[in-house]
Amino acid sequence: MKFGVVVFPGSNCDDDTVFALQHNLGQEVVKLWHKDHDLQGCDFVILPGGFSYGDYLRTGAIARFSPLMNEVIEHANRGGYVMGICNGFQILVEAGLLPGVLLRNLSQKYVCKNIHLLPQSKAASLTSSLESRAYTIPIAHGDGRYFTDADGLKKLNDNDQVLFRYCDADGNISDEANPNGSLDSIAGIANAGFNVFGMMPHPERASDEALGNADGRIILEQLVGVLV
Amino acid sequence: MKSEINDGNAIPTVETARKLGVLPEEFARIEEILGRTPNFTELSIFSVMWSEHCSYKNSIVWLKTLPRDSDRMLAKAGEENAGLVDIGDGLACSFKIESHNHPSALEPYQGAATGVGGINRDIFTMGARPIAQLNSLRFGNPELAKTKWLVRGVVKGIGDYGNAFGIPTVGGEVFFDECYNTNPLVNAFSAGIVEVGKVAKATSYGVGNPVYIVGSATGKDGIHGATFASEDISDKSNEKLPAVQVGDPFMEKLLLEATLEIIATGHVIGIQDMGAAGIICSTSEMSAKGEHGMVIDLDKVPTRQTNMHGWEILLSESQERMLVVVQKGKEDIIQGIFDKWDLHCVQIGEVVPAGPDDAGRLHFYQHGELIADVPAHDLVLGGGAPQYHREYREPAYYQKFKEFDIDKISDVSTEDIVKVARHLLSHPNIASKRWIYEQYDSMVGTANRSTNRPSDAAVVRIRDVSRPDYKKGIAMTVDCNSRYVNADPFIGAQIAVSEAARNLTCTGAEPLAVTNNLNFGNPYVPEVYWQFVQAVKGMGAACEKFGTPVTGGNVSFYNQSSDDGPVFPTPTIGMIGLMEDPAHQMTLDFKATDDLIYLVGAPKNDIASSEYLYSYRKVKESPAPAFDMEEEYTLHQAVKQLIVKNLVQSVHDVSDGGLFVALAESAMPRGLGFQIASDTNFRTDAYLFGEAQGRVLVSVKPAQQGEFQKYLGGDQKIPHALLGTVTAQDFVVDQEVVIGTSEARGLYDNSLGKIMG
Repeated sequence: MKFGVVVFPGSNCDDDTVFALQHNLGQEVVKLWHKDHDLQGCDFVILPGGFSYGDYLRTGAIARFSPLMNEVIEHANRGGYVMGICNGFQILVEAGLLPGVLLRNLSQKYVCKNIHLLPQSKAASLTSSLESRAYTIPIAHGDGRYFTDADGLKKLNDNDQVLFRYCDADGNISDEANPNGSLDSIAGIANAGFNVFGMMPHPERASDEALGNADGRIILEQLVGVLV
Repeated sequence: MKSEINDGNAIPTVETARKLGVLPEEFARIEEILGRTPNFTELSIFSVMWSEHCSYKNSIVWLKTLPRDSDRMLAKAGEENAGLVDIGDGLACSFKIESHNHPSALEPYQGAATGVGGINRDIFTMGARPIAQLNSLRFGNPELAKTKWLVRGVVKGIGDYGNAFGIPTVGGEVFFDECYNTNPLVNAFSAGIVEVGKVAKATSYGVGNPVYIVGSATGKDGIHGATFASEDISDKSNEKLPAVQVGDPFMEKLLLEATLEIIATGHVIGIQDMGAAGIICSTSEMSAKGEHGMVIDLDKVPTRQTNMHGWEILLSESQERMLVVVQKGKEDIIQGIFDKWDLHCVQIGEVVPAGPDDAGRLHFYQHGELIADVPAHDLVLGGGAPQYHREYREPAYYQKFKEFDIDKISDVSTEDIVKVARHLLSHPNIASKRWIYEQYDSMVGTANRSTNRPSDAAVVRIRDVSRPDYKKGIAMTVDCNSRYVNADPFIGAQIAVSEAARNLTCTGAEPLAVTNNLNFGNPYVPEVYWQFVQAVKGMGAACEKFGTPVTGGNVSFYNQSSDDGPVFPTPTIGMIGLMEDPAHQMTLDFKATDDLIYLVGAPKNDIASSEYLYSYRKVKESPAPAFDMEEEYTLHQAVKQLIVKNLVQSVHDVSDGGLFVALAESAMPRGLGFQIASDTNFRTDAYLFGEAQGRVLVSVKPAQQGEFQKYLGGDQKIPHALLGTVTAQDFVVDQEVVIGTSEARGLYDNSLGKIMG
């Protein structure tokens, strides 16, 4: 079992993700350089948060054309596991590995704070064994408003592809607890094959007792679980 | 004297010099140094290098009086791009604060963004990876449309730049007063960690070593920006808009990674970022330090537009650039790293020996012609740059403020307490700055130990994959109540240092060192210069007392306008502390009902310069609040021990808004309340809302009351008083409910957002 964290120019959560996987979860993890064409035998590829290519043009729109993305897409199409966190989610959407788009937050402002997530999908290995309670996880994005058309939303719901919804501290899903105006309070989704995951919140930022919150670690531990 | 070096421009006169901000006596001095009249390019060079911004000519004689040494200092003020403090285990913390006031006044978004970029380059050019940022912001009346525009622009500028750059913004301060209507203050702080012995130097030596420019291409932005920062703001200032630079955080992020990679190779002789005054500043400062010369071919500098004049290339303040001197023979290694990060890396010249009569000259060529020939040493601070003793005079208001008589102000009634409480909790100077800080990424780097632990100073762990269990952290804070400094610059500056030290102490950290950002009006106005001199004296005395030397910083004069006069004198203190053992990181929030609330430190019958007196009673003229440095110091030592001995559940300093606001801020995070009794020996307003210094609010488990009192009373003789207890809800004073906890939280959390819309 081996994790790979892709480093794009402008990625800034690559080290955080490596630290969480390696130190907090005790996993083997390597960094993958975006200009290479080699996944180095990784079983699970993570596209980390940050501002790949400065978010210029549109979030994730340029990184999607980085050389290594050819291999990432092939890996996913073969059923290999891929996860995008924040900017990584935006890149996966641009690359067509996940449905929908991520729009500017309804507030028109970047927002960084702790929010609450309620696990949803019973079909996705990432969330199926999580307790049904509010997990406290940080968000940090300007473009996190998930959107898709009515058919797309129906498919996500019918196939149980919604991984997380924003909720309040007591686990209630409401507009007030939705920090960016995402459609149906969606915070994370899986593809139809349940091997590609994307989420805007940052579990790697809540994976260490030193930071006073380890809810994210419980979510990351599911990644290790899916590979068993 | 005739110019012998032709740059294609007319020979400058004293009048040209004046237009570039060079005084007639300085022009004469330049002629003397060169032995001839400078050409326009050379005059431009001197004008920026001798501007206040680069030379500190009007401040350096006083800055030199500040304490600059302790056993932890690895680089003293002025020696490197930023201060460097030994934190043990082979690690050092590099930190600095810098202003971007003038650009932010005209173009708040880019002004603030490039301020963030500049301060971070100062840190990573030393080989230190930045770990956290703070900022200290001051704006005018928040109800004014212009202020809202400035706040929105500055905050978005800081956020967009810092967030993309990927270093967390973990704290700061924001203050509103009409004196900042025209001149907002934007001070940005950054701190980084570097291994001792692997610090890169801003120097240049070794004849034949290649000189590289790396990073962004050079454009016409920011030309004479340093000169612009050395003038009052007027209605003509908008004509200087091209003097404001444009930032690119993506480029900065790439430059950070590439810079740290080349420094790690060990093949870098010297490196300096290009901020104020661009290429000329880096080439002259590095050459002067290394006592060598340089020959530079400006045709090789990558430019954004064609037909740039030589002086434009030399003075351009285009962002995200570095000058690097590399060991000859290692060019390919350096080039390879910049290629990897898709950054420009172009050799523009080489190091040459010093001449027999000088310590190194700079020769700049363009189109095959020598367009400037200047001695590096004469351009720089500590070399030939002028140093002035300016005239100063005590302003008339100073004694007038001291005539304030508290007995002429009626005390508050029970009904008044409710009104004052609501006023203070929703006042933008006191209310939560959530609307601002939520726009900053405070958590990237997974190092912010304060996200889930509110405290008086931010704590950042030193996270390193190679030693994942490393425990130590750095605590940091920026502080200055400029209203106090205006009332009394000597005491006000002492308070600023004390408050910074108090914030670190209340968090459980050991104060280590200071960086300062001295924001003042026009130094040629004797009353303004008096404020500066008094503030530096006060700061020096307090830094001496707390053992926190000043490692460097920034002076920003000319924060004054033709309409509004000078801003309050604002010597912002950035202070770092060492969090040796995170088990002793202390928080400010009350933990449990029935815990006992104590005030440690002596209450005073004092409301001077408080937010209550100033904005509720609308009395603008009063002296600085009560302050005694010995009492303050003793208090800090006691608080430190209370934390180490685990005798306290929470610690929060009493500052803006007084005791009541401190109580509210401790109660609100967990939705708790308090009931306290005031002390009839004091005026009620002074007791609840006065801002006398040297006081700290703590909560104590009932089971530890005896031990707590024994330590403070028996052993230490520190004044302390039991105020009451932590309750489940409501803020109760003398049996009257002043406000409910949830209502207080609503006011405190949302007031600033409501104003900003």
